[in-house]
Amino acid sequence: MSTPAVKSISRKERRLHPLPLRIMHWINAVAIFIMIGSGWRIYNDSVIFGWLHFPDGVVIGKWAQYGLQWHFFGMWIFVINGLIYLTYGVATGRFRQKLFPISLREFLATVGDALRFRLSHDDLTIYNAVQKILYLGIMLIGILIVITGLCLWKPVQFSELAGLFYNFQTIRLIHFLCMSAIVAFVAVHVALALLVPQSLIAMLTGGPIVVDKARGAVQPATETEATH
Amino acid sequence: MMPFRTRRPSIFRPQKPIDQSVLAENRLLVDDINRRNVLRGAISLGALTLLTGCDVSENESVQKALRTVSSWNDRVQAAIFRTNHLAPTFSPAQVVKPPRFNAYYDIEDVKPVDGATWKLELAGRIADKRPWTAQQIYQLPEQELIIRHICVEGWDYIGQWSGPNLRAFLERVGADLTAKYVYFICADDFTESIDMACALHPQTILATKYADEIIADPFGYPLRLRTSTKLGYKNAKWIKAIEVSNEFRETFWSKQGENWFAGI
Repeated sequence: MSTPAVKSISRKERRLHPLPLRIMHWINAVAIFIMIGSGWRIYNDSVIFGWLHFPDGVVIGKWAQYGLQWHFFGMWIFVINGLIYLTYGVATGRFRQKLFPISLREFLATVGDALRFRLSHDDLTIYNAVQKILYLGIMLIGILIVITGLCLWKPVQFSELAGLFYNFQTIRLIHFLCMSAIVAFVAVHVALALLVPQSLIAMLTGGPIVVDKARGAVQPATETEATH
Repeated sequence: MMPFRTRRPSIFRPQKPIDQSVLAENRLLVDDINRRNVLRGAISLGALTLLTGCDVSENESVQKALRTVSSWNDRVQAAIFRTNHLAPTFSPAQVVKPPRFNAYYDIEDVKPVDGATWKLELAGRIADKRPWTAQQIYQLPEQELIIRHICVEGWDYIGQWSGPNLRAFLERVGADLTAKYVYFICADDFTESIDMACALHPQTILATKYADEIIADPFGYPLRLRTSTKLGYKNAKWIKAIEVSNEFRETFWSKQGENWFAGI
């Protein structure tokens, strides 16, 4: 008698990070690594800030043309994977479920908790307001870095798009600042993943089982449990 | 000193706590080991970055794969090229004088071309291959372009170039406009080529003047290419021959691993 019940639940069960999402996450990690390392190599050829040169040890490509080769290879991985991810996030309702709504009061409370080291990591499946804002923000930064990248690559073919920015060097600067934001995000993201190892493991194994809210209505009891 | 305590008594934990003096005596050693672990971690992190620094790009098979992607990017760029779409132009007040020098060597090493004896040779799929003197070229109708020069390195400036339109010139000498490539052979052993779509673009000229004056030696006297749709390095200077061809040959920069199409 219990067997069919288990089966019907298991069909509605989902991991916190379903397999396609985990694959996209790690492909993205590799793409970001390539794009940042090769981008630093390209930057070094004509620096924006006189005081900032990236050491040879941390850039990808011994010569500028190798950096460019890597960058224009990595861009395909980053953009195609990113588009699939965004489509997936919208189509499955993952973004709506995980990232909305965002409450300002909750945001301030979470910041307060974080400053007092009182953040709770008991439930990985629910993102706090700071996480929601950071994840949404980094997605917008990701979109902006692609748009500015297109404008740097093709300022004439996409002159209408490039014309939205003041001039070519402004586009370079925004592209650079987006990179800086991504580096800062990755630093915090990796540090927190190491501090809360179950979150890192979840991105490898899928993490705890969650009940899909959209389908959860069929299983009111389970949903109540999940939201606690 | 407080003995070790766990939240729940464990069966693995001895009833009598361990003598803490052992730890105190060996505190330095323990700290040292920890420090070494940190060091080891740092070294392996360094090794990971060195992996990129030592450059896998130079590895033959990696280079082959990357160049395959670069050729694919050439095709993508050709596909999205808008044949009659004009690049933004600027006012004479925005022009930088003199232009910024770019070549594979320093400005001091420029070997000036003697304009009196210089001739432009024509080769390949061109009907009238008679060479042109500088004076003959100056007689042709001029087109002025005030456009942005963008270098692959990331810098840019606005320049004011004038000279005969390349399409008009190719038509005049009876070039095969259905051919694939136009090659520029330069006085400094530099060769560049562009696709025919770029050669026929309305903003592609054979420049003889900069800011209304004959181009100075470092910037390509007596004849150079200026197109609004390619990166700086595709704009060949000190041109001594033009060849129209269907055959693809690697050029100076593409041999070094730079992208051949280099469209902007």
